[in-house]
Amino acid sequence: MTVSAAGCRPAPERLDAASREWLRELRGSGAAREEAVVRLHALLLRAARFEVGRRRQALPQLRSGELDELAQEAADDAAVSVLRRLDDFRGESRFTTWAYKFALLEASVKVRRRAWRDREVTLEPETWSQFEHPAPGPDWNAERAAVLAAIQEGIRTALTPHQRRVLVALALNGVPIDVLAERLGTTRGALYKTLHDARRKLRAHLQEHGLTEDW
Amino acid sequence: MSDPDLDLTLLRLLGPTEPEIGCDECFEQLDRYVDAELAGAAAHALMPGLRAHLAGCPACAEEHESLRALLELGAHG
Repeated sequence: MTVSAAGCRPAPERLDAASREWLRELRGSGAAREEAVVRLHALLLRAARFEVGRRRQALPQLRSGELDELAQEAADDAAVSVLRRLDDFRGESRFTTWAYKFALLEASVKVRRRAWRDREVTLEPETWSQFEHPAPGPDWNAERAAVLAAIQEGIRTALTPHQRRVLVALALNGVPIDVLAERLGTTRGALYKTLHDARRKLRAHLQEHGLTEDW
Repeated sequence: MSDPDLDLTLLRLLGPTEPEIGCDECFEQLDRYVDAELAGAAAHALMPGLRAHLAGCPACAEEHESLRALLELGAHG
């Protein structure tokens, strides 16, 4: 990455012309900036509608107007994030790609949370009977059974209670990470760190039992 | 639970085997990764750990797929 001497802004010569124009207008003032913000919002709304459309099967109870409200809210929040973080754009992608990711994130998180709004999230690892009693299929073998038994034991004995709750909710009960983060008052990043640590412990537990993952 | 279901469950439980980055880093790098992918570059070589993270994090994987799909529609402009 090439940065300007003034700070972390990308050197203008590294930007494509369209990205350079976006930055110039959004960092400007007056009517030209206002017009650029309107165009930015329209760009973000297009991405948010695209994402809500892709995930609409998760929200069969919502009418098209309600889905569009969700996209509008996502675009509004994304616009705030993009404008607040304008100096974080490092010119390593096109500006529009960088901006779109904020809209897609806002829209996908809103869809997941709305889909789970009235659903209970079970945090206790007592709902994993499906995993505890798998039906052997054609690829079943003794090592696979041993791996499963070791994983079950590892979940019970190698993890902290918090790691166990997070792992079971995310990996076994299919709770979306943004939904669990909201219910637990934490962030996606922090929860994924917990999940990562739990997975690492489970792998170590398998290795201690002489088990590979070549099942 | 059938074998394919079991394979998926085991992947979700144990995660990717390669070193991976976290969700926040993934978000920071995602635009560069997708632009590189669509340009035909070896995105995973430029940003080691991101591909592994996408294999381990369904939420980030969905957002990666969406960004890629949106850009493939020719959404720049």
